[in-house]
Amino acid sequence: MPLLELHDVSKTFAGPQGEVRAVANVTLSVASGEFVAIRGPSGCGKTTLLLAAGSLLAPDNGEVRITGENPYQLSPEQRARFRAERIGFVFQQFHLVPYLSVLDNILVPSLAVARNDARQRAEELAARFGLTDRLHHVPSQLSTGERQRTALARALLNEPKLLLADEPTGNLDDENGQVVLRSLAEFAKNGGAVLLVTHDPAAAAVATRTLRLRNGKLEE
Amino acid sequence: MSLTRLIFHELWYRRLNFLLGVVSVGVSVACLVAALAILDKHDRRTEQIIAAKEAEVRAKMDAMKDDYRKLMLKMGFNVLILPKDQNLSDLYADDYASKYMPEEYAARLAKSRVATINHILPSLQQKVKWPERERTVLLMGVRGEVYIQSKTQKPLLEPVEPGTMILGYELAHSLKLNPGDKTRFMGREFTVAKVNPERGNKDDITIWINLAEAQELLDKKGLINGILALDCTCDTVDRLGIIRKEIAKILPDTQIIEFASQALARAEARARAAVEAEESIRREKEGRAKLRAEREALAAVLVPVVVLGSAVWIGFLALANVRDRRAEIGILRALGLRSRQILSIFLGKAVVIGLAGATFGYLAGRLIGAAWRETPGAPPIEIAFLDLQLLVMMLVAAPLLAALASWLPAMMAAQQDPADVLREE
Repeated sequence: MPLLELHDVSKTFAGPQGEVRAVANVTLSVASGEFVAIRGPSGCGKTTLLLAAGSLLAPDNGEVRITGENPYQLSPEQRARFRAERIGFVFQQFHLVPYLSVLDNILVPSLAVARNDARQRAEELAARFGLTDRLHHVPSQLSTGERQRTALARALLNEPKLLLADEPTGNLDDENGQVVLRSLAEFAKNGGAVLLVTHDPAAAAVATRTLRLRNGKLEE
Repeated sequence: MSLTRLIFHELWYRRLNFLLGVVSVGVSVACLVAALAILDKHDRRTEQIIAAKEAEVRAKMDAMKDDYRKLMLKMGFNVLILPKDQNLSDLYADDYASKYMPEEYAARLAKSRVATINHILPSLQQKVKWPERERTVLLMGVRGEVYIQSKTQKPLLEPVEPGTMILGYELAHSLKLNPGDKTRFMGREFTVAKVNPERGNKDDITIWINLAEAQELLDKKGLINGILALDCTCDTVDRLGIIRKEIAKILPDTQIIEFASQALARAEARARAAVEAEESIRREKEGRAKLRAEREALAAVLVPVVVLGSAVWIGFLALANVRDRRAEIGILRALGLRSRQILSIFLGKAVVIGLAGATFGYLAGRLIGAAWRETPGAPPIEIAFLDLQLLVMMLVAAPLLAALASWLPAMMAAQQDPADVLREE
């Protein structure tokens, strides 16, 4: 069963010069073990597609299913929990909480879904991403690579099925970018599903399948 | 990881925002606490002033009362109870009453425990010829005082023993009679027991003998024509009216007159002074009440204005905080935090600000209250620094106020769409 299914998904925004169709009739399926990269230029609708897939932005048309369930049929509170349990997010801007340490940032998803082994798992993830000696540093004391690795560790805390990454290597040097991409690939290899949106050809090269998004439409 | 930990880390991270919030809440709490402390001091100063004034008046009144009592005692009897049918013109013309009443009246009066008079002395008085000496004298037959309260009461007039007489100064002086001398009066022999000092009135030509002997000599057995008494220094101006009212119930066929107008004037002056003193206390109380009302009115305007200003300021700070943390809220929501958790983060912060502000404000307010001089130059009034009830009230009210003021911004944060933020970022 596919972990992520998008069927004929469209999303339109009202702009100053009329309506803008960010995503148009996109149908996509990502199965367990798959690492799908969607490439496209800036403004082609990549982030909108990712947010729709991540149960954060309800499409105007079409259907989204994650592990077989349509999150948009849930109440906002139920959808938040659904998201916390099943989806991990990685963003280009990292979006770490500036006043929390690395350890606390990794632990943030445990506020949504409490788990007894949260701290132990956070420390394991920190060790896995080479952050053990940075556990008590705040984001402003980290390098960009460390910040992104912290964000990646945070995304994995609740052991999600689906990982959604929006330009995760956009602010990183090649070396750190490779670390992130390898981690995403490893996640997919271990049975997860990854949907990566990027305009970086190197990032797309690591994926098991690459698609192009042009003017909101998906092309093989 | 917990929301509380997140709240405290954020408070430390945005210390200035936190500090401004605490100061804002603190100022309104301090205003309220200081106003209450000042009003408390006002009340206590009022109590002190009134108590001092009352003590002063009481001392003055006691001194006047004592003075009056001494004066009255010095002047002797000042109330005369006469038979009802006694014509007063005749009394004043003849110096004695021509009508008689039973001697038993004195005992009846004493038994009734009459309260308005004291020192009851039944007497039989008549102007007579002293045939042996060819002199006109005033004969006064008296027995000892009839006691009302107790026998330990010191009598105003000592009883005259049978066979003895007490002479007025002028009689003794002109007849050359001294204590111990024997003399005959209306056919009986008497020993002069005492000579009274010169008084400058009819007492100087009076002979006091035992009442029973006087009744025999005047052929008025069991009768008297007056009961002398001393009023009990009642506090009211209309003392005589009160005495008359009381005695009329016991001895309805009598009348009462008062003499010694100087004492009466003193009593009236004393009563007026008492009224004046009461009036002065009333004026002081009114003045203090007016001042308190003015202070209350000022506090009633100032405190709500400061509290409202503080609430608005807290609201603005919370709004600025929500705007600052837009991206953070977006990512927290994306990571699965529910809107009520976001609401808790902002309201929790407001509660912490309220608690810190209440503590700071309470301390500041009590310090201001303690430093406040209720009356310049007056000795300071100490107030207890810890008023547990007030502190608890502030620790409950201030966080509530801060949470209410932050409610709208917190709701805005809770309802923020994470997709909007993430798309913009």
